[in-house]
Parts: sequence; C-alpha cells; structure tokens
Amino acid sequence: MVTFMAAFNSPTFYKKNFFQLCSPGLGNEEVDNLKQTQTGEFWRWRESNWVNEKIEWRNSRYITVGIDVGSVSSQAVVMCDGEIYAYSNIRTGSNSLDSASAALNSALANLSMKLDAVNYCIGTGYGRVNVPMSDRTVTEIACHARGANFLFGPAVRTVLDVGGQDIKAIKCDSEGKVTNFLMNDKCAAGTGRGMEVFADLLSIPIGEVGDRSLDISEEPAAVSSACVVYAKSEATALLRKGLSPNEVLAAYCAAMANRIIMILERVGIEPELAITGGMAKNKGVVERLTRKIGINPLKTAWDSQLAGAIGAALFGYSLCKKGKGRTTK
Amino acid sequence: MITAGIDCGAKNTKTVVMKDKQIISYALIPTGFDQSGAVSKSLDEALNRAQISMDKVWQICGTGSGAKSIGVDIKINDIKAIATAANYFFQTARTVIDVGAEEARAASIDETGLVIDFAINEKCAAGTGAFVEAMARALETSIEEMGELSLLSYNPIPMNAQCTIFAESEVVGLIHSKVKKMDISRAIHDAIASRIVGMVRRIGVHDDIVVLGGMALNRGFLSSLSRELPNHNILTPRLSEYGAAVGSAIHATRQN
Amino acid sequence: MLVHHGYSDGSGNYFITINSEKCDACGACINACPANVFCIFAEDENDPLNDRPVVSIDQEKRNKIKYECAQCKKCGKDSILPCLIACPIGAISHSW
Repeated sequence: MVTFMAAFNSPTFYKKNFFQLCSPGLGNEEVDNLKQTQTGEFWRWRESNWVNEKIEWRNSRYITVGIDVGSVSSQAVVMCDGEIYAYSNIRTGSNSLDSASAALNSALANLSMKLDAVNYCIGTGYGRVNVPMSDRTVTEIACHARGANFLFGPAVRTVLDVGGQDIKAIKCDSEGKVTNFLMNDKCAAGTGRGMEVFADLLSIPIGEVGDRSLDISEEPAAVSSACVVYAKSEATALLRKGLSPNEVLAAYCAAMANRIIMILERVGIEPELAITGGMAKNKGVVERLTRKIGINPLKTAWDSQLAGAIGAALFGYSLCKKGKGRTTK
Repeated sequence: MITAGIDCGAKNTKTVVMKDKQIISYALIPTGFDQSGAVSKSLDEALNRAQISMDKVWQICGTGSGAKSIGVDIKINDIKAIATAANYFFQTARTVIDVGAEEARAASIDETGLVIDFAINEKCAAGTGAFVEAMARALETSIEEMGELSLLSYNPIPMNAQCTIFAESEVVGLIHSKVKKMDISRAIHDAIASRIVGMVRRIGVHDDIVVLGGMALNRGFLSSLSRELPNHNILTPRLSEYGAAVGSAIHATRQN
Repeated sequence: MLVHHGYSDGSGNYFITINSEKCDACGACINACPANVFCIFAEDENDPLNDRPVVSIDQEKRNKIKYECAQCKKCGKDSILPCLIACPIGAISHSW
C-alpha cells in the first residue's frame, strides 16, 4: 500500500477520496463490484495498512499499541508518544486470536520496529479478551471516546457508534473521558444486523441501501415496530399495500434513525457529534438522523473505524506516563 | 344458550361455539392480512361444524390483538379471556400463562377466575412464540418436530443471544459446530421458558399453573417450563390453543 | 461517570445506572440483591486511568435484567428495590 500511503499526505487526495478513505466500499466502482460479486457478503471493503514515515520510532519515548477486535473488522494502531506511526484495518476472521495477531502483523509489516519495542499494548472491542499480546483490556466505550477526541478534536461531546451487532452512545468531556454511556448489544433493532435482515428481505445489496432509501418521491411513515422480527412482518404488509422496495427501505431507515435517537437521548445529545461504526456509511440512516436532531456530525480525514484502536493506544501512552509501561531494551 | 367466542390473534383466528357452557365446535383460520375476513371465515366454519345457524347464537364476544377491527357484539381483553378460560378448564388454576405468536401473558387469578395481577411480554419477539418459530426455521425443522426432539436431550447447553435475530445466527453457529439438533432444540425451549418464567415472577407463581396458547401444544416447551418451575403443577387443556376464544364464549353468556 | 447497564428492546428500556463517581464499591448492593446481578471489578474496564474498584452488573445477566430483576419488580405495586435501599449514597437507579 505504498502508493496509498504517499497519496494520503496530499490535501487534494483528502478531498477527492474522502469518501473512499472513510467509507471503504461505498465508492461507485466498489458498489458496482459489489453488485457483481455479492454472495451474501455484506461488508466488502479493502483491507489496508499505513505508515507515517516522518516518524522515527527510535527517537520516541513510549511506543504503544492498541488492537480493536470487532465482530466485523479488526484494527491495530501503533503510536509513538501519542502520534499515529502505523495502522492496519483487516477483516475479523472466525478466530479472534488470529485476528488480533493478523492486525498487528499487518501494521508492523513494513516497519523495522519489532514487537519487543512496544511499551504497552491494550486490547479492546468485542474480542478484546483474545488479544494475546495485550497488557490489559479496556472496553471499546472508553477507547471510542478517547479515539474520537483524537480523530474529531476536543469539541466532541457525543459519540455514536453503530456497529454490526450493537449501538453505543457515549458522552465525553474535552479530554475524551467518558461521562455517561450506554451500550445496547442485546437487541438487533437499530444495528447493522437489523439492516442486513431488511436488505435480504428486499434483495438489495447493503451498499445501495442508503442511496435507494433516499431515491423516493415522498417520505413514508417510519416502520412502527422496533423489534426486527415484527418490523419484517410490517415491511411485508407494506409491500403488499403497494409500497416500492425503496419506500420500504426509507420507512425502515427512518425507524432505525428514530431508534438510534431514542438510545442517544438516554445519555443526552450534545454537540459536537461524531458518528463512527459501519452505520456511519449508510446515508439513508445518517441523513434522517441528523435532520431530526438538527446536528451535523463532525468529519475526519482519518478512517473513523480506527477510533477504538487509537483510543486504546492513547490509554497505553497515558499508562506509560504513569509509570506502568513495560521497560524495553 | 348458545354463544361464540372469537380470538383474532396475530397468527391464527380461533372461534369456539358453546352451548350451555359446553364446547360444541371450534375452528382455526390463519389470520393473514385480512383480519375481518379471517374472523367471519372461522365463525362460519365453527357454526357449520356445529350445524347451527347464526340467528341461534345469542351473543358473540371477541378478543385478541385484532379484536379492535372486528365487528362483534362485545369485546373482552385477552387477560380476562385467558383467566376465565383457565378457571373453566381447571377450577384449581391460580396462575395462567398464555404464549401466543406475538405476545405472551400471565395472570394470577382467584378461585372464581377473577384477575388479581397480570404481566405481558410484547413488542419484542424474544419472549413470544415468534422466537420459537424463527428458531425452528433456523434449525430447518418444524415447531412440532423441534418440540419432540428437545424431549430426547439430556444435555443442557446455554443460548447466549437474547434477541431472536442474534439467536438465529447462534443456532446456525451451533449447527456448524456439530452440536446435536436435539440439544439445540432443548436450548431453544429452555431459553423461551426462562423468559416466560421471568415474566411470571412479576406476579408471583401460584399453583396450579395453567398453560394456554399455541405454545402449550409444544411438549418440549412444557418440559422446559417444568424444569424452570420444578415445584409446581403445570396443567394444560386439550384445546389449549382455543383458550382465549373459550374465555370469550363464556364471557358472552354473562352480559346482555 | 454514569454507566447504564442493561438494554433497550422493542418492549422497553431496562437499565440499571451506576454513578461511578459516587460508588465506592462498598458492596452493600451485592449483599442486598436476591438475584445476584451486581459484582465488583477490581479494575475499571471503562476507565483505565481509574485505580479504584467499581461495582458493575454481571456480564451474564446484563442482557436479561428485565427477567433477573422480575422478583423485585412486582406488578401493580410500587416496587421496593433492595439495591436502591441498600446503597448508602444513592449511586444506583433503575429505568423501569
């Protein structure tokens, strides 16, 4: 990925390729590929790694690593004194032990630095207990808030992360410290999984859901059942009533936005807002959600999927400064 | 006196015709998307079977989630209907549980069938018959077969997912890791039984417990339920699925 | 930090909220709860920079507290919740 890396530093690249950077899989070509190769695989995106060659790791005091093993993707971030030195973003395999190692190996791939130079390693995410090289685990809640603070700046007060299997609503202060949070991983309503069920029902590739739900003449009423099982029967009834698949998608995206707002309201919505996780890429939900709450989410040039791993590496850095890091050669 | 009780449920519409408080006929029609159509169809069929014409029926009482949209003489809420039915089937009933397709309810009742307290599981498929239906689909079997299969299992395994959608993936995962179908079936029934018992605990568990609704036909579910409530009598009538309809037909005899 | 343990599903919100600034992990709630939903973590997984132990909800029970807590939440009566009464500093609240 050397070309990718070099281009990353040019400002025009940011603008032109902002979407690809932040939204792997949503570029037009990618959607076309998706159409041709769709085999029930929903998150198709390029795995990536990147190195900041301006940083000389040997000159840094503390090298920390954060590894975020999620249900869909895993990221490893290497930081030198709190600056991103290298990262990787890969698909999570069926074995999270392997995924953690694979993510780290991918991040270290082109580096002269070896694992024994690392002062602290933190595992986070759904598979955090399966990060064998970690010194400790931290929940993705704490890491997301800290990571969002780094990626989006200290003005972030509300972090919304909608993943494949959960919704996290987090309030944090200017230091990225969590003040109020909830995580809902009990129920599929409002999660990526719920959207997949609908995409399946309507035979629409997941990458097209956002655009197609906005390609309607009149906004239908939102699906009223929160429960995905019941929402599915409601959708079947709507199709029978003569609504087009796009309109049914719109009705579900609206229901999803309502659901997410309800969860956000438990912790309170305060600007600035940062949205991370797979759902950030679904325009159909994000546009309806932001319209309803009247807050435009912050943007970042980085891949927002890195938030958890960045937060973990930053916590490692803080713990090193408190004297808790490993001593290396 | 001839009366009819109609229970318009999320999945099926059931009608029971009673003469002097004895059940003389019954009929079940899938509700589908046309509630009032299903109601008149099931009523016609039940009357046909009893060879009774409509004008001989003194009063018709309706209940169930679709009761609002049907034109009957009087209506009764589902809790009252199942309480009345439980008392009709078993005089000793003090707790009644009704697990339907999209709702589960429980009521504690006195010796005359009056409701003391009740609790409802609704709007989340995990605590209702919809959960078991979805699991049977994931297991590629019928609900009936799944019920029987689970009786063969002596190996309790936990189901971690609470949500029906997540549980579907978990069941598929269990199949892939070669867990026996009967053990998965048992895990499914144990999961729903523990949620139903969780709901019943809100009103207190008192003997005898009567189970009504479509799920009462599922022996696997009943066996899981009795494991969750080892010190209680659990009873179920032969026409358990018609419970709420029976309660409505009895209610129709009471009011003018 | 306000930590909402529990969940929201189609049927409602079921959260036990613990104020970790107030909570001193005295363990009174653990002894009071008949369903054993509370537990103590020596390390705060949600705040790695906090060195104090914290009270949390058992991971196994978090996603079914609607049922776990049912015995204290009787229908038709104002529930008297042992955990709320036991907590000397009012660090616990329930959402349902």
